[in-house]
Amino acid sequence: MSKFVVNRRTLIKSGAVAGVGLAMPTILTRPSFAYTNEPTGSSVTLGFNVPQTGPYADEGNDELLAQQLAVEHLNGEGDGGCLNTFTSKALKGNGILGKKVTFVTGDTQTKSDAARASAKSMIEKDGAIMINGGSSSGVAIAVQGMCQDAGVIFMAGLTHSNDTTGKDKKANGFRHFFNGYMSGAALAPVLEGVYGKERRAYHLTADYTWGWTQQESIAAATEAIGWETVKNVLTPLASTDFSSYISPVLNSGADVLVLNHYGGNMINSLTNAIQFGLLDKQVNGKDFAIVVPLYSELMAAGAGENIKGVYGSMNWNWQLPDDGTKSFVKSFGEKYGKPPSNSAQTCYAQTLLYADACERAGTFNPCGVGEALEGFEFDGLGNGPTLYRAADHQCFKDVLVVKGAENPTTAYDTLEIVEVTPRAQVEYAPDHPMFAGGNLGKCNPGA
Amino acid sequence: MVSMMDAILLQILNGLDKGSAYALIALGLTLIFGTLGVVNFAHGALFMIGAFCAVTLQKILNISTITIDPEKTDFLGKPLQVKTPLVETWFGEVAGNAIINWNVPIAIFFSIPIMLAIGFIMERGLIRHFYKRPHADQILVTFGLAIVLQEIIKAFYGANPIPTPAPDVFRGSFDFGVMIGFAKNAIIYPYWRLVYFTFSTAVICAVFAFLQFTTFGMVVRAGMADRETVGLLGINIDRRFTIMFGVAAAVAGLAGVMYTPINSPNYHMGMDFLVLSFVVVVVGGMGSLGGAVLAGFLLGILESFASMNEVKGFFEAIFLPSIDQIIIYLIAIIVLLARPRGLLGRKGVMEE
Repeated sequence: MSKFVVNRRTLIKSGAVAGVGLAMPTILTRPSFAYTNEPTGSSVTLGFNVPQTGPYADEGNDELLAQQLAVEHLNGEGDGGCLNTFTSKALKGNGILGKKVTFVTGDTQTKSDAARASAKSMIEKDGAIMINGGSSSGVAIAVQGMCQDAGVIFMAGLTHSNDTTGKDKKANGFRHFFNGYMSGAALAPVLEGVYGKERRAYHLTADYTWGWTQQESIAAATEAIGWETVKNVLTPLASTDFSSYISPVLNSGADVLVLNHYGGNMINSLTNAIQFGLLDKQVNGKDFAIVVPLYSELMAAGAGENIKGVYGSMNWNWQLPDDGTKSFVKSFGEKYGKPPSNSAQTCYAQTLLYADACERAGTFNPCGVGEALEGFEFDGLGNGPTLYRAADHQCFKDVLVVKGAENPTTAYDTLEIVEVTPRAQVEYAPDHPMFAGGNLGKCNPGA
Repeated sequence: MVSMMDAILLQILNGLDKGSAYALIALGLTLIFGTLGVVNFAHGALFMIGAFCAVTLQKILNISTITIDPEKTDFLGKPLQVKTPLVETWFGEVAGNAIINWNVPIAIFFSIPIMLAIGFIMERGLIRHFYKRPHADQILVTFGLAIVLQEIIKAFYGANPIPTPAPDVFRGSFDFGVMIGFAKNAIIYPYWRLVYFTFSTAVICAVFAFLQFTTFGMVVRAGMADRETVGLLGINIDRRFTIMFGVAAAVAGLAGVMYTPINSPNYHMGMDFLVLSFVVVVVGGMGSLGGAVLAGFLLGILESFASMNEVKGFFEAIFLPSIDQIIIYLIAIIVLLARPRGLLGRKGVMEE
């Protein structure tokens, strides 16, 4: 039986040989690269990872259009867009650090594993130096972790869960988009003004990371102005008909319905709530109200007339009057014939910010780029003066409170800006309990 | 606060309209299985295509002439292009608006010929080649077809849901509670869901009447019972079964048309219903028309009950969270274990 005997000596010997053998590729290639995918030719490749199939394909397509526009502007083509209004003047329209910008795209399918696989393929096969974009918090957190391990910078796209820059934050990841806490902080005072201090709220919440953190944030913010949270019901992400969740609402004694739903979920739950005539009802002697804390242009389009008079918040809107917004809307609108969505603007701004950080750092090394982005203050990309906070890589800027327009004149002004909530009002300490538990760790240059 | 009685009544009502959609799709499915012996996984896609008939009609009705209004501007500050729908130009503003407003009911007539044609083409073009093949082959090919159909729809209409509202008169909801002596707002039910339930009951009755009281239906039923004997009597049973496939497609399509105001249609709505409808067919008994309808309403109502807060709370307390997500499958497992032929299934089917 004991022909195959392993003693200590042979184990150490064969282990050493195997170890050297396994490490050989790394040993041979290590000297040529200081970090993952260091660009050596005359061009540099960015990786745009957005949903191109599945329910968020239209949103992903909008992000892709904006990122292509950003690449044009970086390479000195087109009208330059926000390069003309950006307060940092490091970008000259000659690519990044003199290298022409090219890009590859991946399809996240709004699924964590598919998104990780497409990001991995762009990094390993196409030599992408960074990953940008996306349309879900679950996906953003998964891809952020993967980019941290691979040693590239990740710019998150549309992700609104507190966890992205909270318990799941990573040194290589940055988020331009706002989050659930900020939505609550911006919405609560407006809701108080419109609906008063004595309201009873019933929450329907999508059962995953984003829904949970947004519900927690909105409940906390509205309870702080005196509202009571009657109930929070978690709804399955795959639900399409919400009637059985909506019908108990009127009888629960609540006079406000908060829909912590996104995309198709929100379109259906809001449509169902309007069908049940909730907005025509009176409860506790008050007109019943519905709140959708996070709006997007595509959700507004999908829900049609049902959004009339319903309050919510947004990261950015093309109707803002500042110069950065104007020049971006002009270049996007003239090229594609429609105004950009707020996720498109996020992905555009992130691409420029990444490029600018490379220029200022004088390198593509993710550690250098990360350092240049940390604590960076700028203006001219929309939303006014903006800070990328070093402590958690969350971006801080003004937040928009919007509501469904009563009398829209075109397909594009269905949401109207009610208030631009100043940045100071939505700021929080990096160790705020809703964001606690995570650790940025150290930047990873990979290679 | 809520009394148990109104909560239960409310969820029965909610279950009825969910059940109507399940019943209509399952009816078509089991009709195809009973006649042609084919398990049609593309049936959800037919439901979705029906919904997009309503979307397409809406687009056609909104074909517009464009005039430039120099007074107003668009988002780039250029003169605004004002669109006037052609139907408004032809029939005047009032009649034109009314036609656009009644888009969904009008789409019923628009969709029937289209769905019959699609059903006919599907059966003659693809599915008939798979009659003699094992069920696994049929499932694979029809499932593939469903994916192809939904990608085609996505290529034309995009992935975002498209709002297709009901006529204005059906907006809002009806207070059932007041009618039967409950407090105000205790039991409310949207008008359109009431319309949907009535409509599907009518369609189901029409299909049953067609099969029960016409010679054509009698032959089809005879064919379902014993295809070979009917064929030996000199009746072209294949042609009749092809027509039944068309009818099944039209039933699924109508279910889709009328569903559009309840939830804005998108390209994968068929898949959302398909799996559930299969469970409905299996629970009702493969090939049993009455079983499909019964199980459709039964599972619709049980699903609504499972999402009641009291029920969810009870199951959470005994460590079975999210009962609302698994109830249908739980019932399916129990029925299949206790009575493999389904509730009203014929003895011997799926039991060998």
